[in-house]
Amino acid sequence: MEHIVIIGNGISGVTAARHIRKHSSKKITIISAETDYFFSRTALMYVYMGHMAFEHTQPYENDFWKNNNIALVKGFVKTIDTEAKTLRFESGDSLKYDKLIIATGSKSNKFGWPGQDLQGVFGMYHKQDLEALEQFAPNNTICKRAVIVGGGLIGIELAEMLASRNIPVTFLVRESSFWNGVLPNGESQMINRHIKSHHIDLRLSCNLKEIKSDENGRAKSVIIEETGEEIACNVVGLTAGVTPNIAFVKSSSIETNRGVLVNRFLETNIPDVYAIGDCAEQRDPIGNRRPVEAVWYTGRMMGEIVAQTICGNRIPYNPGHWFNSAKFFDIEYQTYGWVFAKPKENHAHFHWKHEDDTKCITIEYNTLTNEFIGINTFGIRMRHEVFNTWLNEKRDVDYVIDHLSEANFDPEFYTRFEEDIKTTYKNQMQNI
Amino acid sequence: MNHRLQESMSLAKPDAKDLTGKQKVSLFIGILGLFILALALFNINLPNQGLVLFFALGCIAVGIVLFSNDAYLNKSKGIKNDAVWFKSISSRGVLGWATGIVLTSFYIVLYFFPQLLGLGKNGVSNTGLIALFDPLSNLLSGRPASQWFVYGSLYTIAILFFGYKFILKYRHNRYQQLRTGSVMFFQLGFAFLIPEFMYRLNSNLPYYDLKSIWPLNYYIFDEWSVKGFLSNGNLGLALIVFGLLSIFVITPILTYKFGKRWYCSWVCGCGGLAETAGDSFRQLSSKKLSAWKLERWLIHTVLVFSVVMTTAMIYSYLGYDSNKFWLTKNLFIGLVIGFLTILFLAVMIFKRNELGKDVKYGAIGYFVVIGLLLIMHFTGTTNEVFFIKGSTLRSAYGLYIGSIFSGVIGTGFYPILGNRVWCRFGCPMAAILGFQQRLFSKFRITTNGGQCISCGNCSTYCEMGIDVRSYAQKGQNIVRSSCVGCGVCSAVCPRGVLKLENGSVKGRINSNDVLLGNNVNLIDLLKR
Repeated sequence: MEHIVIIGNGISGVTAARHIRKHSSKKITIISAETDYFFSRTALMYVYMGHMAFEHTQPYENDFWKNNNIALVKGFVKTIDTEAKTLRFESGDSLKYDKLIIATGSKSNKFGWPGQDLQGVFGMYHKQDLEALEQFAPNNTICKRAVIVGGGLIGIELAEMLASRNIPVTFLVRESSFWNGVLPNGESQMINRHIKSHHIDLRLSCNLKEIKSDENGRAKSVIIEETGEEIACNVVGLTAGVTPNIAFVKSSSIETNRGVLVNRFLETNIPDVYAIGDCAEQRDPIGNRRPVEAVWYTGRMMGEIVAQTICGNRIPYNPGHWFNSAKFFDIEYQTYGWVFAKPKENHAHFHWKHEDDTKCITIEYNTLTNEFIGINTFGIRMRHEVFNTWLNEKRDVDYVIDHLSEANFDPEFYTRFEEDIKTTYKNQMQNI
Repeated sequence: MNHRLQESMSLAKPDAKDLTGKQKVSLFIGILGLFILALALFNINLPNQGLVLFFALGCIAVGIVLFSNDAYLNKSKGIKNDAVWFKSISSRGVLGWATGIVLTSFYIVLYFFPQLLGLGKNGVSNTGLIALFDPLSNLLSGRPASQWFVYGSLYTIAILFFGYKFILKYRHNRYQQLRTGSVMFFQLGFAFLIPEFMYRLNSNLPYYDLKSIWPLNYYIFDEWSVKGFLSNGNLGLALIVFGLLSIFVITPILTYKFGKRWYCSWVCGCGGLAETAGDSFRQLSSKKLSAWKLERWLIHTVLVFSVVMTTAMIYSYLGYDSNKFWLTKNLFIGLVIGFLTILFLAVMIFKRNELGKDVKYGAIGYFVVIGLLLIMHFTGTTNEVFFIKGSTLRSAYGLYIGSIFSGVIGTGFYPILGNRVWCRFGCPMAAILGFQQRLFSKFRITTNGGQCISCGNCSTYCEMGIDVRSYAQKGQNIVRSSCVGCGVCSAVCPRGVLKLENGSVKGRINSNDVLLGNNVNLIDLLKR
């Protein structure tokens, strides 16, 4: 029987395993060095905040794997011998495979800052990071202040986590406004204000120069590049993005760049070796997508596709319209299609913001054809399916504005803003 | 490895996270109120009972209100579940177990030893806790209090003031606010005040909480109850007709339009308590598959029991002679079997596909009921059914289901098993509504395409123990008979994935056509 080995038990690897099991009775083994069972990485924050216990982040009961005949191995793969189709573990064990899927995800970026490996300095990605956080920042007497370096999605989540235990947070953001490489200005500014309203010491246009150590090798302060200011702290969170977790692949004959290089079929240069999820890098980027996409959804989607290929139905990875979501403290964010921080050539933005400063939308559209390109929505839930249909049908921006109520996904009895949005839109158009 | 962080084993200070100063004061005021009630319980002679009662209940109310204000009003609007799994009370810690034991003991005393609460029997006046409530009872209905009046008062206070707390907790969510306002209204008006006023108008009418529908209200068709209604002219007749309409007409229409939530989380008193005072325990319900299996067997067994028991009860006091009363034993048993058979056939013919594997269990349930009814009909005598006295069957139901299951386990175990144990495992009304919700209703929880990140907040905070995530992460809508439509899964979802909706019945269960993000239809591929 063909033996499919998957390295990594995150969403990509586990989705691949589940779908291979759906289509076939091949032998499946999932290897992880991180945890015994699959858990939802995106939910780690809720464990620290006390919303959930760790076991609640595990989508399947522990006997699920046995019932579905999926073997789980805990171990750290050191090298891949693609000639002998054998994995060698750090422990000295080895494992033969017929087909291999690399789904090892990411690791937190470290940009060579002095002191980046001190105790009390960590990212927020792995379960071990959560355990470190629990050790170094259990409360605000042990951790009197935390400094977060890097203003992205993980950084703001870490800020929310620490704030939930009343730990003062200084949040260093390199950009002039939070996540403004992705978010248009109006949205980014609104999130700045929202962060500050949660008593986070938000420092924009601030870079980390170094992390200082105390006599025990623990972080005691950070120095800011621009001002030279020293901020005393007990914990430093490094959340300046993630990078593919593929150090162990480098010694093999599998071709890598930032990630493991794959074609549209998620195949590497070596036959029978595939890579999916955060650690895969597309040789030819797909549309506006980046070659490495460290996103939950794309990991899941790649898992679904690679399972098809492995089970004999070789199909290309063909993601539909871009979508994503996040939550910034109390404000939910969803996006469908493309909204760029600055409108692309011949594109423009329509921006509407509610006076309470927690809800806004931005629509990107083509000024020549009026075609709707994408929407960012903050504080108002919208339907994935409706926008997917509109994007397929290449609707124009007027149609989208007129039919926005069809896309509303807020709970019943919520105040609706479609009319207000429509009025704002009509007024803006008249002024042009 | 234990992931309950910072767990404290201290009995004196079981909570890892401290309460604020204001919260401690509020807690003290609330406990002072309970302490006064406890003093009354031990028959300590309190002067000026009316004033003392007012003060004690006032303390409880003020304590809860002040606590809630401090807990929620100083924070931004949004989901407030921080530290739920660190608090002893809400994570089966020392305080949780202690509260569970106190509540359970209270229910045992209430149901089985009301004299310990000070109930005076056979004309003897009340003492203790019950006597303390006499002034309030006299004010409302003009009669001394009973243990049920004491219970009803405390129950109403719990729903009203913990309802206030819940509304503050969800002050960003109008669905939650309206729903909570609704259960507060129905508890105060329909369950508490109206029956007392009705007694004032006509003291012969049986206690009737208009919103309590058979089979939840299992005594409405008891002989004493029916006679009570029928001997009270048009008002009594109207009430019993309303009782029949409730179950056979009003309930099916509303459940078709809105799902069972119109009752379970908007109107029902059991649901009302669960959603307000029980809200802090919703995360304790078991999400295991095994719990789901147990739930389905248990709740449907209770339903079978209650249908058979009610039929047997009515049967036992009907006569054989149609000249005396048009509804005879024979006609009645014929009507019941006929109704169940039509229902069964209709479901088997029109809803076979929706039922899927459960067809077998539905059939088992049907034949068990019919079998039992036939056995009863051919072996029963004027006062015996199933070879035991008809009233014994009824008392057994009242004892095991009405008292032990719904009260002692259902509410007493809130801090251990979660706040909907009764609704999930035992309530026959929920079983009927759920059956209809699954097969004939416009209600569903819609999943928003591929946006689920499998975080598990929805499943964790589902009080009915539904593994919401298992559907959401596959892009499927959630159509489950047990869902009471509380809307908390949708509220706690950090990605806006879930929405409670009443839509078209077609395509309600959409497992064949889901959008997950890939530009291929995986289901088509699966079918190939």
